[in-house]
Amino acid sequence: MPGLPDHGLLSPSPRLWRMRRAEVAAAGGVGSVVAGTAAGLTLGPAAAAIAVAVVIAAALAALWFVRNRFRSWVYQERDEDLIVERGVMIHRLSVVPYGRMQFVDVSAGPIDRIFRLATVKLHTAAAASDARIPGLERDEAARLRDRLAALGEAKAAGL
Amino acid sequence: MTDPAQSGPPPEQGSAPAVKGDAEAGGGPQEQFPAPPRQTMLDQGWRRLHPLSPLVRSGRGLIAVLALLGLSTSGVFGGSTGSHWYDLALPVLVAVAALVNWFVTRWKVDGATLRIETGLVRRDSRQLPITRIQAVDLVRPFFARMLGLAEIRIRLAGSNDADGRLAYLTEAAAFALRARLLAAHHGLDPATPEPAESVVTSVGTGRLVGSALISAIPLALVAVAVGAAIVAVTPGGLLAVGAPLAWWLIICGSIVWRRVSTQYAFTVAVSPDGVRIRRGLLGTVAETIPVPRIQAIRMVEPLFWRPLHWCRLEVDVAGRLGHDRPEGGGEIRKALLPVGTRDEARRLLGVALPAAGGWPTLTKPPRRARVKAPLSYHFLAAGHDGMLAVAVTGRVRRETTLVPLAKTQSVRLVQGPLQRWLGLATVHLDAAGRRVRAEFREREQEQARALVGELAALSRSARRQASPTGPPPPVGAAPRGSSPAPPPGRAATARPSAR
Repeated sequence: MPGLPDHGLLSPSPRLWRMRRAEVAAAGGVGSVVAGTAAGLTLGPAAAAIAVAVVIAAALAALWFVRNRFRSWVYQERDEDLIVERGVMIHRLSVVPYGRMQFVDVSAGPIDRIFRLATVKLHTAAAASDARIPGLERDEAARLRDRLAALGEAKAAGL
Repeated sequence: MTDPAQSGPPPEQGSAPAVKGDAEAGGGPQEQFPAPPRQTMLDQGWRRLHPLSPLVRSGRGLIAVLALLGLSTSGVFGGSTGSHWYDLALPVLVAVAALVNWFVTRWKVDGATLRIETGLVRRDSRQLPITRIQAVDLVRPFFARMLGLAEIRIRLAGSNDADGRLAYLTEAAAFALRARLLAAHHGLDPATPEPAESVVTSVGTGRLVGSALISAIPLALVAVAVGAAIVAVTPGGLLAVGAPLAWWLIICGSIVWRRVSTQYAFTVAVSPDGVRIRRGLLGTVAETIPVPRIQAIRMVEPLFWRPLHWCRLEVDVAGRLGHDRPEGGGEIRKALLPVGTRDEARRLLGVALPAAGGWPTLTKPPRRARVKAPLSYHFLAAGHDGMLAVAVTGRVRRETTLVPLAKTQSVRLVQGPLQRWLGLATVHLDAAGRRVRAEFREREQEQARALVGELAALSRSARRQASPTGPPPPVGAAPRGSSPAPPPGRAATARPSAR
């Protein structure tokens, strides 16, 4: 990462990658079964094989994309601000000063919960500033939330 | 907590801010600060809105309904003669609802908060901390103005349109309340009278009408030309073209009328309270924006104004976007200058951004950015100094966005695929609001990286410089619900795990 010091770089938990793999595999499995049976019943077995192959290829492509996306996600807690960097197609880097934080949002959907992960999101008064870190392990999410809240309180600046 | 203060406050407690509100109510420090009559008028505790306000609030609708009723009962529409009881139901219902609303609404200034309670079934009690006011607007629609009434609208960062409205008060009470709110906002004694102001600029009627016409006439001309072309090709098409054309022209006319009537007699004045904007032909609006609350300023130069070197200035204050009604006031994007010359704009910028030293030098993006932004490249430029970031964007109209670095909420770098291929990136400097930001578009990749760090550091020091002089921030910006127990369903896993 040019321009920024390399120490203290943190990334989402490897479990996030596992979770994404599971999601892609599940979607690919369901998709290939549906596409295979649909094509097999209407067009014949050769079409079914082609359909399944296409779905599997798409799933592999998605897997590749998701892996890159997972790997691109990096965050860093500096003294005064939080840096979040992400994105494959569109690369984004956000610098959010702790003092500008309005509130911290920790959320976990049903799949997140199976994998014991949570997403931490930092909100500022600007709607555009998106500092979102997905796939944090529970302890790390709680630590980050508490730290951000404490720092936000200590460095709070008015609007 | 109230009783001890009333039973006899020791004199040294009278100056302690914590008990000040109570002491005032108990009449303790009257000898020290002889209160002017205005303050006692406002300090009587709970107050109601003006008794005529239900009439004014439901005024327009009521008149329309009554007019319809009159038409239908007078038999103009043929058929139904004579009135039924249910013809009256709607206006009566509207009137009763307005009356009930008036009856259950009350407000008071309680120390450093303005409290508004309203609602019959679902009681709604709002506490608006005066130190966090973003802007105070005094709105007088035409009907209310005839009756000598005015509405106060208070804008807070998290509130939308309807939250801080007091409609209606008598004009005297509205002026007094505004003075009091602004004095309290600046940490002065609430009884401080409204400070004197000096007019910075005003917009002449001729120029205002001219600018509105210049904006609308091309639209109208295009429509007329299209219509004429259609008629020329198919001679029978006149009837088919006529109606939409007339409709279009009426719309153009109403746009012009709206702009002229809302921006008529536009005056910008500056006072220690903040920037004062007064405008309006039939209904008038007086907006007051404390200068430190200005988040960003935009200078817009539309295509057709360019030969005249006119521009428009808009300021942004923090707040949630409601539906924008330019005649209403209370919006978060306010016109600071509806039309004016560059010189006037610069003078106003000096008033609205006193911290900014001057105009930073702007640099253009590298030439290869033409591939990414062929239509806007000729305008693109950006620059910053220690206090201010300026970015120019736009395709046919030039938009210059000025964001004081002390107001930066976050700095972002965004790089799309095409930009990566070209080695370019865009840096966004976000201020509070939905689309309030200065965009350093299509900068050199490495330069953009460095720029992010630099802007973040400069914003930090600008914020440090600004905070001691600004209004006291400790409560103002404590992170809202910084570390609450997460809602059980949504984030069950986020609770600090017990060890």
